[in-house]
Amino acid sequence: MLTKIKTELYRNRYLYIMILPVLVWFILFCYLPMGGMVIAFQKFDIVRGIFKSKFVGLDNFSTLFRDPYFFRLVKNTLLINVFGLIFGFPLPIILAIAFNEIRQKYFKKISQTISYLPHFISSVVVMSMVIQFLSPDAGIVNKLINAFGHESIYFLQIPKYFKTIFISTGIWQGTGFSAIIFIAALAGIPKEQYEAATVDGAGKFKQMLYITLPNLAPTIVIMLLINLGSIMNVGHERIILLYNPAIYETADVLNSYVYREGIMGGRYSYAQAVTLFQNVVGFILVAGANKITRKLDGTTLW
Amino acid sequence: MNYKKKTPGEHIYIFVCYAIIILMCVLTLFPFFYLVAASFSGATAVMRNEVVLWPVDFTTKAYTVVMKYKGIWMAYANTIFYTVAGTTLSVLMTILAAYPLSKSRWAWKKPMGLFIVFTMWFSGGMIPFYLNMKNLHLLNTRSGILLYGAISAFYVIIFRTHFESIPVALEESAKLEGANDFQILFKIMVPLSKPIIAAIALYYAIDKWNAYFWEMLLLSDENLIPVQVLLQRIVINSQLGQDIAKSLSPGEATIPNTIKYAAIMITTMPIIVIYPFFQKYFVSGALVGSVKE
Repeated sequence: MLTKIKTELYRNRYLYIMILPVLVWFILFCYLPMGGMVIAFQKFDIVRGIFKSKFVGLDNFSTLFRDPYFFRLVKNTLLINVFGLIFGFPLPIILAIAFNEIRQKYFKKISQTISYLPHFISSVVVMSMVIQFLSPDAGIVNKLINAFGHESIYFLQIPKYFKTIFISTGIWQGTGFSAIIFIAALAGIPKEQYEAATVDGAGKFKQMLYITLPNLAPTIVIMLLINLGSIMNVGHERIILLYNPAIYETADVLNSYVYREGIMGGRYSYAQAVTLFQNVVGFILVAGANKITRKLDGTTLW
Repeated sequence: MNYKKKTPGEHIYIFVCYAIIILMCVLTLFPFFYLVAASFSGATAVMRNEVVLWPVDFTTKAYTVVMKYKGIWMAYANTIFYTVAGTTLSVLMTILAAYPLSKSRWAWKKPMGLFIVFTMWFSGGMIPFYLNMKNLHLLNTRSGILLYGAISAFYVIIFRTHFESIPVALEESAKLEGANDFQILFKIMVPLSKPIIAAIALYYAIDKWNAYFWEMLLLSDENLIPVQVLLQRIVINSQLGQDIAKSLSPGEATIPNTIKYAAIMITTMPIIVIYPFFQKYFVSGALVGSVKE
């Protein structure tokens, strides 16, 4: 046994040397923070540290579940994701089908290149543009409203506009890039199917309904399930650039709350309880989604 | 291919497809055109909304003001450093992780793969990560920025799959010549993987160029912040840099919009400029990213 281990160690010694820095990195930057999750069960004190802080069991969670504010956060998170899916999910599919019908090579290439571009622009730049365009004094949107004789609207100060603004921004930034996976799936549809349909007298529109869409169905289902798996998550990075106290009512989500209360406000344990709740729900959803996709077509999400 | 003449319905269908794409292109590009036009326009013209797609009262004043501001040069230099050094480190670490994982002769192939993949679906969250950075004494340091996102498990898996697809015969013949794993990796595997390395390096680089959240949280020293954090302060928090304020006429309380537009332009320019040239890699990267084995 020992000699076996020794030969393995010797034979693959360079592999061990290679993996060593990687292993250290994953322990330091992924697994140590996972251990840090225990603060959700503590009354964490930054001076005492993780090992000496008081253990309080599920206290943070019982406070959390009795906090009406928590339900507002869950509601906003879910609503942004659900509306985002309803309005945002079909668009990449429509765009991909449209691209698929284009025969002019250069037009196709250039327009595809344009469609991916916003994905690579930073959140700070995108949100800066949104803020500038919507600004009440010089923003182009309000100037347009003024031109029709109306007063400027303080878009980012009124709660009811936030979700629309946030979701539209997401759609603007993500549609082209999300279409890539559908374009790839469309390229895999056998040409014979279309040729046979043409012989049978089916027009382009019918071909789209009876050949293209059924062929895309597995990809659509998988993408939908992936999105459902992260329904408890709205990235704080983009939210915190756009929101302000006047619109917390509709704009504050679980992640932005964790950032504000936990890191800015120093309520580490309480905020970590929120994250842990999100992680558990997210994990169940992803595992469920994975099970469904496995049943559907034998592939798994991971 | 065409067995019969197109019906009017088909013409409408094709027309709709073109219309969708043209609309998408216009909506995508308009903000950028407006940004360019506004940043080169006079401040009053922008205020009065005379600018649509073309600069009005053409001036480069906004840019000269922004460029006079020392902070932006420092931030730019920082961003370039974080991007170049960070991408180099990331690509190197990703390759070092992927190579052993692709070797079936290695006893730890499976467990180590799981160890790495697990981090893709489970993480401690923002707060433990922040406290951990603090405990490691990486707050407010350049090395903290380079290290925190050094490896993406997802790219490791992509590389591993790619390495697995390279014929074993190449490795075996190199072994007979007396090459060790490091030589096989860097003299055979890496040269054979240039396109995929380029694509993934590009994605790492874009991520690092665009990153702002952890940079904002971890860095308190003005001299260490990247340009995205500076932009966030200028535009979103309307926080005046001392030098920018000084270069404006005394009565003005806020930064004129043209200057904000110029600052946004300066931050985004490198991405927009390289984008058409590296377009091939942007797309191939997206494909390896979206089509999992």
